Amino acid sequence: MTERLDGPQDPPADVAGGPSTGPAETPQRKRRLGPSPAVAIAFLLPAALLLGIWVIYPIVYSVFRSLFDATGTGFVGLGNYTTIFSDAGTLTTIRNNLIWVVVAPIVVTTIGLIFAVLTERIRWATAFKLIVFMPMAVSLMAAGVIFRLVYEESPDKGLANAVLTTVHDTFSSSQGYPEARPRGGDQSPVADQGGAVVTKQPAQAGQPVLVPIVGVKPELLPGDAQPAKAPAAGDGLSGTVWFDFTPGGGGTNNAVDGAEKGLPGMTVEAVRDGQVAATATTAEDGSFSFAGLPAGSYVVRLPASNFEAAYGGLSWLGPTLITPAIIGAFVWVWAGFAMVLIAAGLAAIPRDALEAARIDGATEWQVFRRITVPLLSPVLLVVFVTMIINTLKVFDLVFIIAPASVQPQANVVALEMWRVSFGGGNNQGLGSALAIFLLILVLPFMIMNIRRFRREDT
Amino acid sequence: MSEPIDRPGTPVAQPDAAGSDGEGHVSTATAAAPAGTKAGAPRRGLAGRLVDRLGGGAVQVVMVLLGLFWLVPTLGLLVVSMRTSEVNNAEGWWTIFTKPAELTIGNYANLLGSGFTASFWNTVLITVPTTVLVIGIAAMAAYAFAWMDFRGRDTAFLVVVGLLIVPIQIALIPVASLYGAADMFGSIAGVVLFHVAFGLPFAIFLLRNFFVGIPSSLLEAARMDGASEWKIFASVVFPLGKPAIASLGIFQFLWVWNDMLIALVFADTGNQPMTKYLQSQMRQFGSNVDILSSGAFLSLIIPLVLFFAFQRYFVQGMMAGSVK
Repeated sequence: MTERLDGPQDPPADVAGGPSTGPAETPQRKRRLGPSPAVAIAFLLPAALLLGIWVIYPIVYSVFRSLFDATGTGFVGLGNYTTIFSDAGTLTTIRNNLIWVVVAPIVVTTIGLIFAVLTERIRWATAFKLIVFMPMAVSLMAAGVIFRLVYEESPDKGLANAVLTTVHDTFSSSQGYPEARPRGGDQSPVADQGGAVVTKQPAQAGQPVLVPIVGVKPELLPGDAQPAKAPAAGDGLSGTVWFDFTPGGGGTNNAVDGAEKGLPGMTVEAVRDGQVAATATTAEDGSFSFAGLPAGSYVVRLPASNFEAAYGGLSWLGPTLITPAIIGAFVWVWAGFAMVLIAAGLAAIPRDALEAARIDGATEWQVFRRITVPLLSPVLLVVFVTMIINTLKVFDLVFIIAPASVQPQANVVALEMWRVSFGGGNNQGLGSALAIFLLILVLPFMIMNIRRFRREDT
Repeated sequence: MSEPIDRPGTPVAQPDAAGSDGEGHVSTATAAAPAGTKAGAPRRGLAGRLVDRLGGGAVQVVMVLLGLFWLVPTLGLLVVSMRTSEVNNAEGWWTIFTKPAELTIGNYANLLGSGFTASFWNTVLITVPTTVLVIGIAAMAAYAFAWMDFRGRDTAFLVVVGLLIVPIQIALIPVASLYGAADMFGSIAGVVLFHVAFGLPFAIFLLRNFFVGIPSSLLEAARMDGASEWKIFASVVFPLGKPAIASLGIFQFLWVWNDMLIALVFADTGNQPMTKYLQSQMRQFGSNVDILSSGAFLSLIIPLVLFFAFQRYFVQGMMAGSVK
């Protein structure tokens, strides 16, 4: 939560919208008749004590502590800092933080800008803004649980993979018989050809094609598979694809026996001169036939796609995708913040400038690119910088979404700091060094805040 | 409710006379106001309407999809929290549309008897005092920064501005050892004080910027009448500052309510808030989905209610904090 709400705390840049920022606070302070300094100190004392003991003293303490080893007794100089940049684990955290800083702020700012512009085009903009802004109120802990559910690996449980597989299966249907292969040997009428299965002899209409397949995993045999039927010699090019294996033994190889099951859902192609002339799909008993195919001889082919595993989506929570997946959750949380700030900036843009450009014949895109975006740049900068600071401090989302086994791959500096000092590492020297490292990372923005504030306020 | 978020440019509410003292002493957020309101009217101009007609259909569809994208994950959590573990392990929550009969409040009922209830009260015990303390302490300091003259005031305030983005990680180890020495480790008071300290920079910054916008004539009149500084603070500045205090209050409340890191380090098991309790259930995510989903949903109900009820202040606080 922390990193989330102190986002808005930073006042990094000036602005919202050009014209109105002008009248900053200025004159008048000199004329105040003030009370005695003692009174001022009394008013400031509670805050000063709290800030001094809980914030400022710890910064100093951490600097010293970071120069000592785990026990706090042995002076190691900059040893802990060397560890940060040499240990494989911490290097991963730095690499991940780098990915975060490069990707997340750009994505959030862009999405915020798109949303802000689009909401001007709909009547239910308020409802939309509330929906997108809502995750800001929710704890990152709860957001983590929400996305842990979304990213569940099984397409039957995780929403992300359910959507992916649905989309995938709409565009390519493969029943999926991984590891199945044609029966080998000279007697077999079919052979493997680069993952696909083809007939050794060209087939013709009236001659049923036999495609014996072996090695089908029993659990992948569809429940609706029917006993295979030896194809009758019909008019068109037809045949049978079946599992040439009789449970319990017996049966003749390369011949359809009574107990053997057809393989439904196989894609079958009739190929002539390297061109696919027709495509068919096998029925529940494994039979197929090509309708309306010109007479002639064809090679019958079962393309390699039949032998790939059914598409199961992506493993979001696996070691490779974990960081992008968590960034996705981060974008979900922060897009509303970006959108609301940018929309406010948008509302402050003088409409006359836009209208004038349109009257001069500028296209909507030109207006957007040449007028809207430049006028918005101060707000975009605020959002961008706030997001950089937040990505540097990201902790909760990584901690909650990444399963324990992938945490080393998803790790970031803020999490590593906690892990090393409290979560089992028990090395507060290294922990202090990591905390100082984090402070140094945000230092430029701190200086930026102070300078900007000075310029505006005095 | 609809109005405020629609016009985020509205001021963080200023004291009535803020503009009229003629001294240009406007608080930061108020600065954006005139432009925001002015722009409202001509927005639906000719060109705008033309664009509405042309791209309207496509934009509507895209926006509906995007809205669903943002809404559906939370909806999923709600449905999962209202189904038994067996059902959740067998099928996706979206099958609820064909099997609405599977909904049950069993998970929530089970939660009531567990450690979750205690952690809910701990969250309240941590959040409420923190919010009150931050508001009180920050308002006093902000008043001093805004309306009192003392040496080093500007420098001190710049320090506060600098502290705005200090990562809390920096204080975990030092404060832990302080608490160890003071025998405060694990206590609610320790968690509260840590939150208060790290809430102060933003609170002082926000309130000071608002307080300087109060017309000086009001304060000077009170001082002429011989009112004590405390009386001026309590009966003039604090009441006039209500809008900014409301913004601060909601922010601070949500921030503390939703915190996990500070609780993780400083609250022991007996004093842990919901976030820490739920985190401890994460390790067996698969078998604890019933507790986690219902607990997470309960933990976000109060923030959501507050958000919808006070979103105007929420947005204003955000604008005042960021749009400087």
